[in-house]
Amino acid sequence: MSPAGAPTSGAPPLLEVRGLGKRFGGLQAVRDLSFDMARGEVLGLIGPNGAGKTTVFHLLSGFLAPDGGDVRFDGRSLAGLKPHAICRLGLARTFQIVRPFPHLSVRENVRVGALARRPQMAEARRRAEAVIDQVGLGAKAGHPAAGLTLSERKRLELARALATEPTLLLLDEVMAGLNPTEIEAIVTLVRGIHASGISILLIEHNMRAVMSLSHRIVVLSFGEKIVEGPPAAVANHPRVIEAYLGEEYVHAPAR
Amino acid sequence: MKWLVAAAIALLLALPLWLNSYAVTVFIFIFFYAFLGQAWNIVGGYAGQLSAGHAAFVGIGAYASALLSAQAGLTPWIGMLVGGVLAAVLGTVVGYLGFRFGLRGFYFVLLTVAFAEVCRIVALNTDAVGGALGFYITFTGNPRQFQFQDNRAYYYVALGLMLAATGIVAAIERRRFGAYLIAIREDEQACEALGVNTFRYKMLAMVVSSFLTGVGGTFYAFYLFSLQPNSVFGIPLSVEIVIRPIVGGAGTVLGPILGSFILSPLAEASRIYFGQGSWSGAHLIAYGLLLIAVVLFLPQGAYPALRRLWVKAGPR
Repeated sequence: MSPAGAPTSGAPPLLEVRGLGKRFGGLQAVRDLSFDMARGEVLGLIGPNGAGKTTVFHLLSGFLAPDGGDVRFDGRSLAGLKPHAICRLGLARTFQIVRPFPHLSVRENVRVGALARRPQMAEARRRAEAVIDQVGLGAKAGHPAAGLTLSERKRLELARALATEPTLLLLDEVMAGLNPTEIEAIVTLVRGIHASGISILLIEHNMRAVMSLSHRIVVLSFGEKIVEGPPAAVANHPRVIEAYLGEEYVHAPAR
Repeated sequence: MKWLVAAAIALLLALPLWLNSYAVTVFIFIFFYAFLGQAWNIVGGYAGQLSAGHAAFVGIGAYASALLSAQAGLTPWIGMLVGGVLAAVLGTVVGYLGFRFGLRGFYFVLLTVAFAEVCRIVALNTDAVGGALGFYITFTGNPRQFQFQDNRAYYYVALGLMLAATGIVAAIERRRFGAYLIAIREDEQACEALGVNTFRYKMLAMVVSSFLTGVGGTFYAFYLFSLQPNSVFGIPLSVEIVIRPIVGGAGTVLGPILGSFILSPLAEASRIYFGQGSWSGAHLIAYGLLLIAVVLFLPQGAYPALRRLWVKAGPR
């Protein structure tokens, strides 16, 4: 199944990443990374564990400062901006390790996100209710977040980010740890979010899901972009197979 | 709930009709410490930034209004606002240092204690404010000078302070400011990701909290008529301020009041029974035991536990 709603071409990119780099001591986590995202696009960011995907998210969302390079969002440089300021520009993220406010109810959790654009509590609450229904947590709205299952927590994480009304949503492994049925439901949900006009940058290990959701895919290995292109081309690319399985498998005869 | 609150306020307003002078004094302490606890509650309870040096703000407010009254003839009714503003300035400095440089948990506790101790030592060594001898206010009994012949006047002033602070906290809780503070207490990083300027809101909480606490300093000064650096800036006063909201329920509107109704009479009773000679300070043992009990059995404080019982008891 191919992703719907092809991105607008010719318009200036929504996200421009140029020469981004980040070093932790002796580890070059991200090296000279550049890519563009068009408005309306779903871009998959994949790569083996430790390739630097989450570091890229931290750099884009302002949780880490890059050593070099620049990120432009909607034509504006994000250099030096704090995470809350970046969120208010319309770039929201989820965390790979979900971090709900444990003592607050689902409704209160999502309301914190909604307050970013709707400072009146009543209005924020209405927005929160709508988002909670959208992600399918309606039945749990009054429950404390601490009591949710992993699958529900992932939805809550998504709902909170969505409540801030972003134009670009960064999703960090929202399907990790879920069973196939739950993954199917999240894929449908992400498709719906995209259909509502939100561009999505997706880190995901579930290949079926990334391939079916993304217009294009960027592959990272050891902090560097090794391949970029449409899903079908990326999946069969020798450098991608090498990165995931090791060099000897690239030329191995198919059995 | 509205009717319950109205009834409680009416009861407290009428209470001095039946109380003897000593009982009025006990209630003054209950209200005053509930007020200080409520002021602390904003930054310590809601925002979860554990200041253990709030005595510094009481001291600044107390000395400011007392000195302005004695030396410049400024009425403490205005002096209390000046004291509040000065306390808020100190609160801004402490908050900036703590929040800008990301001091959390124990480190923030140490920072706030250190600032209060610096204030205490400066006051002890500044002769212009009385130094180690302390600063004494001459009793005139003139209401313009925040002095009253009748103890019941102090009762109403203290009650007014407590109700005002509680009203402010209730208003904060219903607004975005309060929702953000609670979320900051839960997880700061997640807040940032959701567009919350955590630094700004923690600073705001600190400023409001230190301002209110500084206002309380004037009451302290003009109720006790004597300011001793070791008392008004000391760690024991900071503990008194912190312990009531924690026992009653930090981060709840009624927690500091409930905590003060539990602890202030207890402190008063132990002062009576153990106040003299080798038993002085025994109330600290009682505090310690109570705190252990609260942490073990009611980690969120007495008020949330009561509310659960209330809800369990059935539909209202």
